[in-house]
Amino acid sequence: MIEITINLNGKKISDRIEADTLLIDFLRSHNCLSVKRGCETTNCGLCTVLMDDTPILSCSMLAARAAGHTVYTLEGLQEEASSFVGFIADQGADQCGFCNPGFVMNTIALLRENPDPTDDEIRAFLAGNLCRCSGYEGQLRGIRNYLNSLKEQ
Amino acid sequence: MISIQKYEKVQSLEQAFELNQGKKNRIIGGMMWLNMGHTKVNTAIDISGLGLNTIEETDEEFIIGAMVTLRQLEQHESLNSFTSDSVKNAVKDIVGVQFRNMATIGGSLWGRFGFSDLLTVFLAMDSYVELYPTGIVSLKEFSEMKRDNSILVNLIVKKTPIKICYSAMRAQRTDFPVLACATSFVNGEYRAVIGARPAKAKVVLDNEGILDSGITEETATKFAEYVAANIVTGSNNRGGAKYRKHLALVLTMRNIMKLGGDRND
Repeated sequence: MIEITINLNGKKISDRIEADTLLIDFLRSHNCLSVKRGCETTNCGLCTVLMDDTPILSCSMLAARAAGHTVYTLEGLQEEASSFVGFIADQGADQCGFCNPGFVMNTIALLRENPDPTDDEIRAFLAGNLCRCSGYEGQLRGIRNYLNSLKEQ
Repeated sequence: MISIQKYEKVQSLEQAFELNQGKKNRIIGGMMWLNMGHTKVNTAIDISGLGLNTIEETDEEFIIGAMVTLRQLEQHESLNSFTSDSVKNAVKDIVGVQFRNMATIGGSLWGRFGFSDLLTVFLAMDSYVELYPTGIVSLKEFSEMKRDNSILVNLIVKKTPIKICYSAMRAQRTDFPVLACATSFVNGEYRAVIGARPAKAKVVLDNEGILDSGITEETATKFAEYVAANIVTGSNNRGGAKYRKHLALVLTMRNIMKLGGDRND
């Protein structure tokens, strides 16, 4: 067993873990249930979290490796997410909702890095977030409407 | 699912090398590929604390640490300017941003994977790898070596003047390439590197001087035919051997035409 401390959603969390505990399991065991297990082959983006402000796949990160780092899940970024998720919902693009947490986390990362992306830049950045309802165009329209609303303000 | 008995974040290359002599011990890079297997690992050796996550640029070369991520490569302006955006083009369709934030150059090259866009593009350059404790060997030599217990420390890209172009055919964006192709003019020779054959990338030089008289549609086609004839392609669920052979011809010809112009630039 290893003792680790992670700064999770602004709070220091310490725990004893097995050497092969994945970050996704650590996060879910600490009530971050927005982090979902999808493909487990690093392809779907469902388990996206921000580690030191960088979007990563928690299904392929050892929790031990995240020790000493800052990790944010959707639970810790509700306010930032709320600024644009309504625009996604307005397009009906949330559909079954399964991919939403990962999609929202990566959109947060996109908008922090590039506050005024083109449609192609949005598509490229979100290419690693798969939607089983294939709601990509609706998601794109939602983000575009959000960005347009910012310009109109 | 991978199983790991012990996790060790090492403090030096010596320590990593010593641990890596254990048969069931593994160096972990980005852990993207390792995680997908059913490997039983005794000690996972984490080299992320060794400062190998930077790209150092000197007048002569780029020294790319083994733990540099594909996203760092994609966003490095100077490296991409030097390689006419070939590095960016080679990584931009690899899964997604999150994946590229984790996958490392060390893990990508160490595996010498058949599907590797990175091995393909860097083999077209004047490039080397620094291994501990072996020392520096050319990337081409490394690509042909059997895996051993040494540690890949750095990828070194010499700033030898180069013209280079990269392209790949994918059945679908973010999937493995059906075929990858990098062509270059470096050190006075034209090379074509064909990856995802689906075997690992192979370098073909213009040994017959087909392009000596300059690049025209005719010489580019002739060289592309020469390249296609000098590689072995295979079949898998992404494409057949014959289709890959045809792709090698088409992508080589297009890339060579893009190189065009004055060879001595």
